[in-house]
Amino acid sequence: MAENETLTFHFDVDGNDFTSAGEASVKVKKLMRQLGFSPELTRRVSIAMYEGEINMVIHANGGTADVFVEEDCLRVVLSDEGPGIADVETAMQEGYSTAPDNIRALGFGAGMGLPNMKNYSDEMSIDSVVGKGTTIVLKFKVS
Amino acid sequence: MISVNDLAERLALKSHNLDDGEREVTGGYAGDLLSWVMGRAVSGDAWVTIMSNINVIAVAQLTDVACVILAEGVEPGEDLIAAAEMRGVNLFSSPEPTFALCGRIHGMISPHADGEAANEAAEAYTEAD
Repeated sequence: MAENETLTFHFDVDGNDFTSAGEASVKVKKLMRQLGFSPELTRRVSIAMYEGEINMVIHANGGTADVFVEEDCLRVVLSDEGPGIADVETAMQEGYSTAPDNIRALGFGAGMGLPNMKNYSDEMSIDSVVGKGTTIVLKFKVS
Repeated sequence: MISVNDLAERLALKSHNLDDGEREVTGGYAGDLLSWVMGRAVSGDAWVTIMSNINVIAVAQLTDVACVILAEGVEPGEDLIAAAEMRGVNLFSSPEPTFALCGRIHGMISPHADGEAANEAAEAYTEAD
């Protein structure tokens, strides 16, 4: 059986630097353009990933983002060692946010981050343990 | 077709970074909550906002809007302009309220049957200023 080579990209998301949040997403956007993905898919992936980056900066003091380019899909894995999400179902509701006021003043914390990630991806799974961290896997079908 | 240059001229926008003035403006979006913008704004929109922190540029780039217009007299800081230059984002500002700007933009790009009438009305409004 032939092994399909998987293209992977790894990014560290700096938890202290709110202004550089989005660097990984912008890089992924450029990479996807270069790899010939459609503008629409590129847009969905990069926006969903940016939401993930922002969440890790706001809530988890940073984390990592890995992108796997597979044969029929693109997978984004966002991992952090933050406080975890106690009630995922509630966190998924549009408008629900635990972001502090200083973050809201920047235009974030609208409670749309996780819903956007779900809407823009084809599959989303959240694995979170309170006190340990959160891993979110986003899958995007490549047609 | 309405280009970014057309929009800037007709709305008398102050330009802070012009990367691609020929870019077509196909729609508009108004909002300050960045996740709402990322969920709703589409490629080619003119995005009107009063938010001026640096993350605005990343959001503009990721959503692929045609331009960012800071409304209500909000002026960009040096860091925002530098980021717009670095990332090739068209950035403008205007003293006009968000509502007025959006009304005029809508009139200019309205795809509806009354688009032309709205255009004329918008132009008359502009000239009356």
